[in-house]
Amino acid sequence: MRLTSIKALATGFALAGVFSSVTAQEITGAGATFPAPLYAKWADAYNKATGARINYQSVGSGAGLRQIRGKTVDFGASDMPLTDEELQKDGLMQFPTVIGGVVPVFNIPGIPTRQMRLTGQVLGDIYLGKITKWNDPAIVALNPGLKLPDATISPVRRADGSGTTFIFTNYLSKVNPEWKAKVGEGTAVNWPAGAGGKGNEGVSAFVQRLPNSIGYVEYAYAKQNKMTYALLQNAAGSFVAPEDTAFKAAAAGADWNKSFYQILTNQPGKDAWPITGATFIMMQLKQDKPQQAGAALRFFDWAFANGDKMSDDLDYVPLPDSVEALVRQQWGKITDAAGKPVMTK
Amino acid sequence: MDATLSENPFSKEAQTVQMPEEPPLRRSGRLADVVFLNVTRGAAILTLLLLAAIIVSLVIGAWPSIREFGPRFLWTAEWDPVQEKFGGLVMIYGTLMTSLIALIIAVPVSFGIALFLTELSPKWLKRPLGTAIELLAAIPSIVYGMWGLLVFSPILARYVQQPMQAAFGDVPVLGALFSGAPVGIGILSAGIILAIMIIPFIAAVMRDVFEVTPPMLKESAYGVGATTWEVVWRVVLPYTKAGVIGGVMLGLGRALGETMAVTFVIGNFNQLNNLSLFEAANSITSALANEFAEATPGLHEASLIYLGLILFFITCVVLGFSKYLLMRLKRREGSRT
Repeated sequence: MRLTSIKALATGFALAGVFSSVTAQEITGAGATFPAPLYAKWADAYNKATGARINYQSVGSGAGLRQIRGKTVDFGASDMPLTDEELQKDGLMQFPTVIGGVVPVFNIPGIPTRQMRLTGQVLGDIYLGKITKWNDPAIVALNPGLKLPDATISPVRRADGSGTTFIFTNYLSKVNPEWKAKVGEGTAVNWPAGAGGKGNEGVSAFVQRLPNSIGYVEYAYAKQNKMTYALLQNAAGSFVAPEDTAFKAAAAGADWNKSFYQILTNQPGKDAWPITGATFIMMQLKQDKPQQAGAALRFFDWAFANGDKMSDDLDYVPLPDSVEALVRQQWGKITDAAGKPVMTK
Repeated sequence: MDATLSENPFSKEAQTVQMPEEPPLRRSGRLADVVFLNVTRGAAILTLLLLAAIIVSLVIGAWPSIREFGPRFLWTAEWDPVQEKFGGLVMIYGTLMTSLIALIIAVPVSFGIALFLTELSPKWLKRPLGTAIELLAAIPSIVYGMWGLLVFSPILARYVQQPMQAAFGDVPVLGALFSGAPVGIGILSAGIILAIMIIPFIAAVMRDVFEVTPPMLKESAYGVGATTWEVVWRVVLPYTKAGVIGGVMLGLGRALGETMAVTFVIGNFNQLNNLSLFEAANSITSALANEFAEATPGLHEASLIYLGLILFFITCVVLGFSKYLLMRLKRREGSRT
C-alpha cells in the first residue's frame, strides 16, 4: 500500500515535470560566476512576475562563451568583453548588464579599513614580488601617518580562472609597465608570487587568517564580509574608496556610444574607482530560435526596468540609465533568419 | 512439437498441461544463456571501447599542445596563459609528491589499524572501530578540503612550520625544506590531507585480507612460540602480500586523482622556486579544476587536456607497476619452493 502510494507520487512528479517543461517557456543562459547571484535573483523575481523561467548556469565565462558560440544556450555571459572583431567573427553581439568592482583587501594587525593608501604602481610591484615588506619606502611615502610593520607581505590571489582576475590584471597592466611586460592580463596569468585561493571565499579565507597578507576580491564580497580594504589612487590622482558612486563614476566615464567593448579600469574622473568592470551578455545576432531570443531580451528588459533595487541589495551597481537606453537600442540588431528583429514590445 | 510430446515418458494426463511448457522453457534457457553471454561480453567490450574513446578524445583535445610543446611539456615549469607558454612540470611534480607523502604516512598507519583490528583488538572494539574507519571514507572530499584549509593548515603552520622555521631556518638543506610563507598550505598539508583520505581504503583492504589468513597457519606459528610480531611479519604478511599491495595501489590511485581536497590546501601556485614542503604548489587535478572553466579555447585548453592525458598515463604506469611487482613476487615464491 505504501509502496503503491510512493509509486503514484513519483509518477505524479514525473508527469508534472513533463508538463511544466512543455508549457512554461524556458530560457537558458550560461557563463560568468560573478553576476550569477544577481541573475538568479532576477530570474526568480521574473518568474514570479511573468511565469517565464530563466535557467542560468554559472559555469564560468570561458565555458559560457563556448556554449553561446555553439548555440547550445540562448545567451552567454562573460566578465571579459569580446572585441568588436571577435564578435563579428562569431556573429555575436554583447551588452553590459551590471557593474562591479574589485577591491584590494589586506590584513595588517592594527591598521583599520580605509586607512591604507595604495597606488596601482605599488600594488603591481607587490604582486610582482618587488615590494616584499610593508614598511617599504614606496608604501611609507603613501602612508606617512600609518605605523607600518617590518613584515613580509603575503600576496594572495585567485587560483581559479576568473573575471575578477581579468579585471585586476587588466588594471595592473594599465598602470604598471613592468607588470604589462612580464605578466599581462587574463582570467588566469602566470603569477610571479603569492598563494592562490579558490574563489572569493578562498582568497578571503587566506587574507583573514594570514597576518600581513593582501588580496583582491569582488566588492560585493568584501562589503558583505566587512573586510579591511585599502584606498586606491585613480587616474585623476585622487584616493578613492570602493563605493557605489565610485563605480558609477567609472562607468559614466566610458564611451559606450562607440562600442560596448569597454573595460572600466583606470577610468578618468576624480571620483572613479580604478578597478571597475562591467559584466556582459553575449547573444547570436541571427537567431535560429527567434522566440527564445525574444524571451531572453524581454527578461533583460524587465530586469533593467525593475531590477535595480535587487542589484543594490546584492551590492552590484546598476548601469547608468543612459547606458541602459543604449543597450535597448542595440537589441534591435538581433534578428531572426528573415532579418526581422526578435524583440517586439 | 507433437513428436517431442509423444516421446515424453511422463504420464499422458499431465502431458497436456505441463509438457508443452517444458521444452520451450529449456530452449529459452539456452537462449537466455546466449543472451546473457552477449550482454556480459558487451559490457566488457563497452568498457574497453570507453577506455579507448577516452584516450582518443584526450589525444585529440591535447593535440594542439602536443604539437606545440611535444615531450618538452613534461620538464618545463613555465605556465603562462597570457603568453601561451605551457609546461606541466609543476603540476606533475605536485601530483607525484603529494601522493608520495600520502603513501608514506598512510601505509604504516593503515597497516597498524588493520593489524590491531585483526590480531590485537578486544572483540567488543572490533566492530565500532572498523565502522568508524570506514565512515572516514564516506566523508565527501570537499569537506576534507575545507577542514584542511580552515582548521588543519593553521594548526600545521603554528605548531609545525613556524617552530621548524625558527629551529632550522639557517640550516642549509633543512631550512629550505621548511621555507615559504607561514600559511600552512602547500605540498605537505595536501599530502597529509590525502593520507587521511586514503587511510580508510588501504586499512579496509588490509583488514579484509589479513582476516582471510587461515587460522591454522597462525596458530601453528603461535604454537611453536612465535610472538605476535613474528606471526604478522612471517606468516600473515607473506600470505596476504598481493592483497596488501592491491590495497596500497587502490589508495595511491585515489591520491593521484583526488581533486577538491587538494585544490583547497595546495596553494595553486604554478612556479617551482624551491623544493620546500611548505611552498604553495599545484597538482594536475587541481589545475584542471581551477582553470578549465575559464580557459580560452586553443593552447590553454589543449595544455590542460594534455595534463589530463599525462595523469591518465601516470595512473596506468602505477597500475602496471603494481602488476609487475605482484608478478615478480610470485616468481620469487616459485623459485624458493
